[in-house]
Amino acid sequence: MTQPVRIAQLSCGPEYSGIQHEIDEAAREVGGEIFYPDVALKDIRRDFAKFGLDVKSPDLKLAIARAMALVEGRVEADAVFIATCFRCAEAAIVRNELRRYINEHSRLPVVSYSFTERTTSGTLLTRMEALTTIARRRALLARETQKGLTLGLDSGSATTKAIVMRDNKIIGTGWQPTTEVIKSANEVIAHALAEAGVTRNEIQAVGTTGYGRFLVGKEIKADLIQEELTVNSKGAVYLADRQHGPATVIDIGGMDNKAISVMDGIPGVFTMGGICAGASGRFLEMTAKRLGVEITELGPLSMKGFGGRVPMNSYCIVFGTQSLVNALAAGSTREDVAAAACHSVAEQVYEQQLQEVDIKEPVIMVGGTSLIEGLVFAMGELLQTKIVVPPYSQYIGAVGSALLASGFIKDD
Amino acid sequence: MVKVFIYPATSLILSDMVARFGHTPLSSATAIRERIQTAGLESPPLQITPEEPKKGLKWAAVEVPAGVRGRMSLYGPMIEACEAAIIINDADLAFGCMGCARTNELIKFLVHQKTIPRLELNYPKNEDEGVKFVAAIKRFLTELGVAK
Repeated sequence: MTQPVRIAQLSCGPEYSGIQHEIDEAAREVGGEIFYPDVALKDIRRDFAKFGLDVKSPDLKLAIARAMALVEGRVEADAVFIATCFRCAEAAIVRNELRRYINEHSRLPVVSYSFTERTTSGTLLTRMEALTTIARRRALLARETQKGLTLGLDSGSATTKAIVMRDNKIIGTGWQPTTEVIKSANEVIAHALAEAGVTRNEIQAVGTTGYGRFLVGKEIKADLIQEELTVNSKGAVYLADRQHGPATVIDIGGMDNKAISVMDGIPGVFTMGGICAGASGRFLEMTAKRLGVEITELGPLSMKGFGGRVPMNSYCIVFGTQSLVNALAAGSTREDVAAAACHSVAEQVYEQQLQEVDIKEPVIMVGGTSLIEGLVFAMGELLQTKIVVPPYSQYIGAVGSALLASGFIKDD
Repeated sequence: MVKVFIYPATSLILSDMVARFGHTPLSSATAIRERIQTAGLESPPLQITPEEPKKGLKWAAVEVPAGVRGRMSLYGPMIEACEAAIIINDADLAFGCMGCARTNELIKFLVHQKTIPRLELNYPKNEDEGVKFVAAIKRFLTELGVAK
């Protein structure tokens, strides 16, 4: 039996919020085991003073002492989960500083999360799975070239994508909006296989990722079923040819956003989520619909406009759409409104998520939204850097899956 | 016999002193061990479910962190029921501590709002202060009994 991945929990508040069992359950579901690094009271007094962050909450002092015990090797762990109450400013400061401290001084993968009493194990599952994947599959994640004939499938919340690769080259693609999860998967696979000119039987290994990965993975007998945080990171650095050294991967998805700080293709720190749908690709879809253009036309349209002329604050998708309607009613041009929508999404991701990872160049944008030039431009402006959008960026999860799946091809 | 709320509510020593003087300690007395192997310093002595932070809405609004509201569902009723209170400020972790500073601020504020006998002391830093500290608590608890 495989040993569980030991995930050290540094936290303040999950027990009194009534969600500790949800954290335990999420870890258990992906072969992990939550534990609390054993420290003594005298360690807390000493390490808290040494760390130098003068917080008042004793449980945050405990979290600091535990982080130092991990970094200094007094306690061994495979990964770290930092969790504090949502809306606690003191805890947010500690969470960020501990995440940065552990990332800079150790090789431990870290994920941080702010919870409410409504947090469930389902919400935490992908994050926990990424932690266990990084801890358990370092060798697989180190793979830099694809070999043989493999299929990758990304069953996303908005779209389903498939890629067929042969000997490090993409030879077939398939894409369509997700409706019925398995039906959509079968259709994009059929398209990709037809484009590649191969049959399903010839495929040597299959990988799946995305929200529907378990369902589809079981259906198509995938060799690799893996969450999108590690898969997309791998796909991004592979396609952007930045497999060595640091990189930052941004994926603004249909349902949630991912910001991942990567080193040599392996995620170190990552965040997933977003406060509201106003910061998601879904808002840009709604914007395109309201402007009467296809989503593919939104990018070029926004590049002709100036977002600063339209007041828009789309923390909420409903209020964001309202701002959009108001602006159009007040005589704003479609170009300016499109640019403002792109800027609004980029700004929210910048404010809410990119602050939680250390931005290191190159910054690689992936996923369907990376094809919206106005969004990429707005993000580049905010980060003051040139954003890299690799070829096939909309297929990132499928490419990452096809690449990693080749590690499962059995040698003759 | 008087119902005495103690702060830190986890302090075994304080809870024991209150009981020895014939009063009812309102607390969640638990041993703070030398080695911490639980999620928090004062992991809850009973099962807290996501319903508790909702019950805590009686004392703290929804924008207050869930951990504060969860704790208030436990300590709020004690503060409402108490007839006297002992508050020890800046206590050593081993004396008894409560993990969340924001909850601590709210608890002390709510106790201050009540017109009840209240003893508020700083945690002693040396033996002399320690002797005076114990004597003050003893006097307070004795007088509570007489007043009653």
